[in-house]
Amino acid sequence: MSVLGDAAAKAKGAAQQVMKKAIEVAPDSWMPGGRPDPLIRRQHGHVGQPVSRLDGRVKVRGEARFAAEVPMANLTYAALAYSTIPKGRMTGIETAAAEAAPGVVLVMTHRNMPRLNPPPLFMTASKAAAGDDIPVMQDDRVYWNGQPIALVLAETQEQAEHAASLVTVTYNEESAVTSLAAGKAQGTEPGSFQGEPLKIDIGDAEAALAAAPHKVDVAYETPRHNHNAIEPHAATLAWDGDNLVVHDCSQGVAHVAWSMAQVFGLKEDQVRIHSPFVGGGFGGKTMWSYQVLGAAAAKLSGRPVRIALSREGVYRSVGGRTLTEQRVALGAQADGAFDAIIHTGTVAMTAHNALPEPFIVATRSAYAAGTFKLDVEYATLDMIANTFMRAPGEAVGTFALECAIDELAVALDMDPIALRLRNEPEKDPTSGTPFSSRNIVEAYRAGAERFGWAGRRAPGQRREGDWLVGMGCATGTYPYYRMGGGAARITLHSDGRALVGIAAHEMGMGTATASTQVAADRLGLAMDQVTFAYGDSALPGEVLAGGSQQTASIGASVMAAHQRLVGELLKLAGNDSPLAGLKPDEVESADAGLRCVAAPDRFESYASILGRAQRDEVTVVAEAPPPLEMQHWSMHSYSAMFCEVRVNAVTGETRVSRVLGSFDCGRILNPKTARSQFRGGIIMGIGLALMEETQFDERKGRIMNPSLGEYLVPVHADLPVIDVIWNDIPDPHAPMGAHGIGEIGITGTAAAVANAVYNATGKRIRDLPITLDKLM
Amino acid sequence: MAIEINGSQVPVPDDPRVSLLDLLRESLHLTGTKKGCNQGACGACTVLVDGERIVSCLALAVQYEGRSITTIEGLSDGDALHPLQQAFIDHDGFQCGYCTPGQICSAIGMAAELRRGLPSHVTGDLTAERVPFSRVELQERMSGNLCCCGAHNGIIDAITETFGEVAA
Ligand code: FES
Ligand code: FES
Repeated sequence: MSVLGDAAAKAKGAAQQVMKKAIEVAPDSWMPGGRPDPLIRRQHGHVGQPVSRLDGRVKVRGEARFAAEVPMANLTYAALAYSTIPKGRMTGIETAAAEAAPGVVLVMTHRNMPRLNPPPLFMTASKAAAGDDIPVMQDDRVYWNGQPIALVLAETQEQAEHAASLVTVTYNEESAVTSLAAGKAQGTEPGSFQGEPLKIDIGDAEAALAAAPHKVDVAYETPRHNHNAIEPHAATLAWDGDNLVVHDCSQGVAHVAWSMAQVFGLKEDQVRIHSPFVGGGFGGKTMWSYQVLGAAAAKLSGRPVRIALSREGVYRSVGGRTLTEQRVALGAQADGAFDAIIHTGTVAMTAHNALPEPFIVATRSAYAAGTFKLDVEYATLDMIANTFMRAPGEAVGTFALECAIDELAVALDMDPIALRLRNEPEKDPTSGTPFSSRNIVEAYRAGAERFGWAGRRAPGQRREGDWLVGMGCATGTYPYYRMGGGAARITLHSDGRALVGIAAHEMGMGTATASTQVAADRLGLAMDQVTFAYGDSALPGEVLAGGSQQTASIGASVMAAHQRLVGELLKLAGNDSPLAGLKPDEVESADAGLRCVAAPDRFESYASILGRAQRDEVTVVAEAPPPLEMQHWSMHSYSAMFCEVRVNAVTGETRVSRVLGSFDCGRILNPKTARSQFRGGIIMGIGLALMEETQFDERKGRIMNPSLGEYLVPVHADLPVIDVIWNDIPDPHAPMGAHGIGEIGITGTAAAVANAVYNATGKRIRDLPITLDKLM
Repeated sequence: MAIEINGSQVPVPDDPRVSLLDLLRESLHLTGTKKGCNQGACGACTVLVDGERIVSCLALAVQYEGRSITTIEGLSDGDALHPLQQAFIDHDGFQCGYCTPGQICSAIGMAAELRRGLPSHVTGDLTAERVPFSRVELQERMSGNLCCCGAHNGIIDAITETFGEVAA
């Protein structure tokens, strides 16, 4: 960087620091959430009811049309060929046989691919959605083993796949870095995440550790993972002149629309992304090459395209979670008080993405300590770009931290829950900001009692036949996020129906249902009077279904739109209304109308207001305020996870026999769908602990188990009934009092399992997954 | 030369490579049957052939001439849901819903296997006439149907409610 550039960056950094400080010290009332959301007070609405999924009926009947299922006339089918080397140049691509194969419409390679802009890498702009910024099929370069190098379009899927198998490529292979060890040997770089360095030093943690009377200092490893959403990535798309319509499976419709427009040199509104149903996402369903390839092939062929990745194609062309090597060192006094928390390590990344798996995020706020040293470094490998996967950072970071705490508890001969509670912080230990709502102590108390924690024995002391039985626990924390850019539209009709539209997503989280409940309460309407529209980039808002932030973003957006609606309605109501003279913050919605908060009998129905104004409907659009609350308070979801395992003394097989998640996640909007979110996260955490691993050939940089037959995930037989409780204590500073619940379930779970394995067997397994060979 | 699908006669495809799954999804637009792996590993494509469950991605359509196929679209009676479909809604036996048609068809086929007394890996007495209905039996027998959202508990609850009585 030039001296000038350096100075500019420093100035910008300094300005950001000043801004940050200003937000921290500003009065609460200036913040979004400074005045509690009025919905928190309402106890008898739709929020909090166990409403069954509104999209349940179409899903159980098989009527929900996912991306690869949208019919289109004159459709062509795409199949891809993938590189078989990790790095180098293609010296020749033989496509004649593929072109001559029956039914083939187009064979596309870098030679005839339209010239396009590179995809905008995630987090480089507010709507950037791409997993990497490598130009898609623009030249002869190979960046990773499995990169798409040719696309065949044909009249049928069978014809396309056969023809793709006929494409042959010769390469000039270059030496590639395909192991973390080799990457580290080339040197590591400090990681940063969300614009902040992944590095915190408070005091001299190494000295404090050295001086501490009790300590652990241990290394943990976690492997690569893939999301394995059951629906493989797919798009059905067509050009209409210069406008592109994509039926996609997307966690970010507005983001993908904008990003595709950048790639193809279009205006944002020339790309329309529809994504009403998504067969699971977990961080993987953003923008990858398939959308670009499909749209380019449609352009070249002049025909609509269905590009449905094979399961192997997903592994080859969509990134997953990267591997980590972590050190956790804890120094403590005899009473358990932490003198030092050290959590450092190295992850693998590529030169074309920017997600150094931020495994210290949970550690930043979890415990009080005299000193901190937190640091994430990354090594650069030639591999498919790693990406966000459910609780990126937290899922694997809490494995290391929470196992180390269990190890320290053993060293101190202390109950691990008591050790955690001994170090409960009063305010955020690294940022110094106050917690908005933190009731982890209560979650532990309730969980321990329900789980029967008091019955836990010393390691290796409980045996039933061939089975060693043990219990473990761990804390989970996951930040409350609300990203900027949320917006919503409300159209209120004179018959009292409302349409709430927002470019949000339903991937199974229950968003459509919970958001309808919230909107109905917000508007004072019945559920069946409210239609919640989502999954369409033409709707307002940038609302990523990621970071467990969607509910907060929707909540704040609908709140803002509702405020504007109230203002409009008061204007329309005029002087003849019982509401005459009232200001927007003096009225609230109830019973399909507005009423004065202080004098509830001053009421007029929406129908009456609109009728008198001779309006059929009123429409408002509003943006949510910037998410300053995140910097003013330290806001998190929490869990106390409990697990019981049975480990076979002969075979080393581990079975999870009981699990309890005790959650502190603010107000729960819909207990039915929330329970499924918690359980789904916990089940993925069990997979993380015991079986999930993307096996990577470190000689060739190729994923070796790219199938659901070889990448193991928990199945019915692996899973007990998963018990879930929560305290339902609303956060006064969050919309609806709610925190995100999509990622907290996976967080802490792997440590709870590993700690239970230790309690059962007396063996510490510090590298995931805990397979039987490691226990024999 | 026809296959019966949900009561309709459908011609056998010309291309012998076409799987039963692709016939359903691409030719007939019966997209309720899902493709999760196309290699027999996930169960999302499960359909019933003469009442028995198969993974339709590993079935070549031409082999099913004269057979009777039931897909998720063939389970409801008009607007009235099959009891298992309703139970899936009641017990929140899904999140994204993509594995759901396969889970439902698989469970119906499985219930018939239980009724016929077919033992599984976890059945204690292989010679018994009846297989005792238990959560462990259901979990074992449903393990070919993956659910990556983690709706397993609700799925087993829904199946138990629907078929528990029948089997007992
Ligand atoms: S699609 Fe047939 S088993 Fe996965
Ligand atoms: S409900 Fe999504 S995979 Fe089962």
